[in-house]
Amino acid sequence: MSLLEVKKLTKNFGGLSAISNVHLELKENELVGLIGPNGAGKTTLFNLLTGVYQPTEGTIEIETNGQKESVIGKKTYTITDMGFGRTFQNIRLFINLTVLDHVLIAMHSKSKIGTLKSVLRLPSYYASEAKMKKEAVELLKLFSLENKQEELAKNLPYGEQRRLEIVRALATKPKVLFLDEPAAGMNPQETADLTDLIRQIQKDFKITILLIEHDMSLVMNVCERIYVLEYGRMIAHGTPEEIKGNKQVIKAYLGGE
Amino acid sequence: MKLINKTTIGWLVVAIAGFLLLQLAVTTGIISAYYEITLVTILINIILAVGLNLIIGFSGQFSLGHAGFMAIGAYTAGIITKYFPTYTGLFLGILAGVILTSIVALIVGIPTLRLKGDYLAIATLGVAEIIRIVIVNMQSVTNGAAGLSGIPYLSKWPLIYVFTVLTILLVANYTQSSPGRATIAIREDEIAAESMGVNTTKYKTIAFILGAATAAIGGALHASYFSVIRPGDFTFNKSVDVLIIVVFGGIGSITGSVVAAILLGFLNVFLQPFGALRMIIYALALIGIMIFKPSGLLGNKEFTVSGLLRLFNRKSAQGEG
Repeated sequence: MSLLEVKKLTKNFGGLSAISNVHLELKENELVGLIGPNGAGKTTLFNLLTGVYQPTEGTIEIETNGQKESVIGKKTYTITDMGFGRTFQNIRLFINLTVLDHVLIAMHSKSKIGTLKSVLRLPSYYASEAKMKKEAVELLKLFSLENKQEELAKNLPYGEQRRLEIVRALATKPKVLFLDEPAAGMNPQETADLTDLIRQIQKDFKITILLIEHDMSLVMNVCERIYVLEYGRMIAHGTPEEIKGNKQVIKAYLGGE
Repeated sequence: MKLINKTTIGWLVVAIAGFLLLQLAVTTGIISAYYEITLVTILINIILAVGLNLIIGFSGQFSLGHAGFMAIGAYTAGIITKYFPTYTGLFLGILAGVILTSIVALIVGIPTLRLKGDYLAIATLGVAEIIRIVIVNMQSVTNGAAGLSGIPYLSKWPLIYVFTVLTILLVANYTQSSPGRATIAIREDEIAAESMGVNTTKYKTIAFILGAATAAIGGALHASYFSVIRPGDFTFNKSVDVLIIVVFGGIGSITGSVVAAILLGFLNVFLQPFGALRMIIYALALIGIMIFKPSGLLGNKEFTVSGLLRLFNRKSAQGEG
């Protein structure tokens, strides 16, 4: 059964069709890649899936408790609550906040700590706050960031900032994790570490991952299936081996007659 | 975590020590009746600035409507205490002012908080002006432009001190909690915050309402201390006065707002003899701070008892080592 189903998705910006008639399907605990040349509409597709943009046409449905639920028309934070976590192509951390704060903020919507309870510091406030902190530290440990809890995000090295973005997205307890070019700007060693990290996340958290990436070594290495976008259209779909040999994909990347 | 721990006791000690110090200064005559006005002005400015800092510094929404919310609190408490010139009347007045202001802030906040930056500033400025003009025109209730006079003098400085402490506690508790962190995330990056499941509209509105409610408390205490309020007390200039304190102290620092309110209060007193030069020196001081410390006196740092304890522990550890 598919966890996420996208059908006939279209997004027009004025006369420009950024995404047209796209189909996409993600199954449980799958690692799927989304590739395409610059400007193909990959990030636009992410923004449609997470409610930043509203589609012109088409459906996006997520499976919750055996029921299909449409995410169209919902606010981004509701969609996050339904189980979509994401990272950003250009890192968007809360630069003046600590590493621990990032995780706590992401955990907030599921924590159900009310404003009144917090302001009046009712006894249950301390209990839920302590529980949240404990969970947050445990999550940071998994990504060996626990020693940097009190560090401000802006003081982290680049690779760790990228990792923190992933941790923060995971803290929202997603069913599907969208990673938008997590290897951008990384050196080969960092990319190799990231490859292991993504595999580990898929294994440990039992979630589905949709990965946008330009680094072919990473995509071909970790993804079970790959979708290829060009000019807003899905031109190919298949296993890494199939994609490597696909004439249309080679043409999209390298040009041809 | 226990309710009674080192940090809470520490803060209690700070609050009580502050009170005793002021009490001592008043009884020994260091703070004369004249300087008591300065003291009260400083305390009320702290309430206003801390509340505005919650809106500007923590939720990142630029509001220029603080004087309007202060006016609602002042007039509500003023009118109610005129009918019930008792402490019960005063508390009822403050409560009614807070509730009324919160409702107005909610109604105003939902549409205007969709705006950003300058647009929001203009919209909130407009709201404050509308509130003031409504007060001027509600002749039968508010006595129009002439203002309300003869409001019973109920809030002596110790009461105002207590409210100042409570306001700081309210804002500090909020900002250092899970909803507060969500609010700060909006300031840092609204898109990222929303993608992390933060209901941005909700937390912007909550911060706006809490800030407006504290302005109402400040206004109510102002009315019942000075006995006279006029619509002219709550113009754009008042909002800017409070904004200056927030910016001077550091946007996003509660401690900064407190320190700045005190420093600017003192500066005002010391500059009294200079007459017309006063405003020039005051302005120069502000320009100076903007040049040499653009993030304000304290940036976004806070004074914390746990930080102080850590410092002591480190010092004693060094001593032993």
